[in-house]
Amino acid sequence: MNIVEKILARASGKPQVSPDDVIFANVDKVMLHDVSGPGVIKVFEKLKNQGISVDKLWDPTKVWVAEDHFVPSADKVSAENIVKLSNFTKKYGIEKHFKYGMGQYGICHTLSHEEALVMPGDVYVGGDSHTNTTGALGAFACGLGHTDIAYVLLNGKIWFKVPETYYFKINGKLPDHVMAKDLILKIIGDIGTDGGTYRTMQFGGSGVDEMSVQSRLTLCNMTTEAGAKNGIVEPDQKVIDYLTSRGATNVNLVNGDDDAEYAKVFEYESSEMEPLVAKPFSPDNISVVREAPSVELDKSYIGSCTGAKYEDLVAVAKILKGRKVKIRTEILPAAISIYQRAMENGLLKIFLDAGATIGPPTCGACCGAHMGVLAKDEICISTTNRNFPGRMGHIESQTYLSSPLVAAASAVTGKITDPRDLK
Amino acid sequence: MKGNIIKYAQDNIDTDVIIPGQYLKVHDYAELATHAMEGLDPDFHSKVKEGDFILSGRNFGCGSSREHAPIALSHSGIKAVLALSFARIFYRNAVDGAFLLPIEIDQDAYDGISEGDEIDIILSTNEIKNITKNQTYKMKPFSEIIGKIIAAGGLFKYKPDQD
Repeated sequence: MNIVEKILARASGKPQVSPDDVIFANVDKVMLHDVSGPGVIKVFEKLKNQGISVDKLWDPTKVWVAEDHFVPSADKVSAENIVKLSNFTKKYGIEKHFKYGMGQYGICHTLSHEEALVMPGDVYVGGDSHTNTTGALGAFACGLGHTDIAYVLLNGKIWFKVPETYYFKINGKLPDHVMAKDLILKIIGDIGTDGGTYRTMQFGGSGVDEMSVQSRLTLCNMTTEAGAKNGIVEPDQKVIDYLTSRGATNVNLVNGDDDAEYAKVFEYESSEMEPLVAKPFSPDNISVVREAPSVELDKSYIGSCTGAKYEDLVAVAKILKGRKVKIRTEILPAAISIYQRAMENGLLKIFLDAGATIGPPTCGACCGAHMGVLAKDEICISTTNRNFPGRMGHIESQTYLSSPLVAAASAVTGKITDPRDLK
Repeated sequence: MKGNIIKYAQDNIDTDVIIPGQYLKVHDYAELATHAMEGLDPDFHSKVKEGDFILSGRNFGCGSSREHAPIALSHSGIKAVLALSFARIFYRNAVDGAFLLPIEIDQDAYDGISEGDEIDIILSTNEIKNITKNQTYKMKPFSEIIGKIIAAGGLFKYKPDQD
């Protein structure tokens, strides 16, 4: 069995599972946030009216809650959602509730790894499509809707059809100017936004072995944009070190068997990779940066679970150091722990000296929620994950998706810029 | 199950246009319905009637996992979405929450059915009858688990232990 089949077999109490088997898997961790949480609360209200008991959760110690989409509260409605969420966690005894303005908080997917909340081999489900991100730790990490999350909270399990796996073998270390974001954009461009639908996208090979855990998180994060059920990397010593440095103990590895089977294997040579952008209006509409349209950008947005991890901010600082931004540039570290590290290591000073604005951790404008949404005809280059029409604001605004290096280089020139071409 | 078609002849209709991100904070189902399809078709709310079906291309409902999307469509009166294929979370939300039927169709049905056509979806034979044009197409049968959850009326009413 491959790693996903092994995790799902263990979680469903079966000696073996194969693609297309339907199983009920016991869930190890579950996450909700200020959008899916109130959605789940609404489902609980419906269930109560139908006479189904919602008095207690199956295991509140396995649940954690993030405040990320509309925080700091964007308006009255979002403020009320935060209050609802607090009442919910209090009522059900959920202790892991990361509240903004009270120490560590941030984007749910960022907390999953920054706070070592998910372990290799876990079945981890979250009320958000980018739950896939956390597969980089070697977990089966999958996004679900409100009804499914409510079901998990009450029953501790959920049904899955065992996915077949596409294996992406990356040969060699990525060149300096190329980031994991470029690689995943390349893959999405090749297989399309439905190329991974219902499937696992697994990443391996020497290129992935060489990669930091944070880069692997970027790969798995955007498997969602290919429609995949989950993304995964087999965990190794780097994952153990990453999690133990964040407080985890007894991290155990799980790996696929030597004779693991994959539905299809794709090979990529890292040395052939170049900085890329996804043009409006789809993450699979890919262009090499040097051949991208010569548009006048209005904004560079460096944020989100995809593109505001510590490593991403280091890449941005490398470009912005000693330079000035030419267009509006917003930098929103994805969690307070990252913000703090960026402060301690002088990155925030570099950003401010360059003229950028630094915002608090939030999903913010990535999903068009608040804090920097786009006006009609505005054009943005962004380290986020989606650029469908209206994703970041007005339906006639445009978003180009890129790596943090490209977004920073473009902030300096006001045009879509390959970091190698920066003077 | 009979209804009239609202056709969007394009692929990749994502949840950002089915219900734009600014409404994610809204959890009142009736209010969500007033914003359904707003990102693609601002006239949708005024033209949709109870019992209508949506017809679209590949990868319907891609993008965010927001259950707001099937909720907004369902509370607008949409009983089924017919598409060449679906994104997985939209599909599962539609079924597990018992909001609407996601019906996978083939190219013949996609090409043959027009805006406003009256359609009869016959689950017992996996057929779609176009009453307006007097044509019949095949629909892809639901997989076993999906069929059972739909028959039960959603995931919470489905009892896997009784299988």
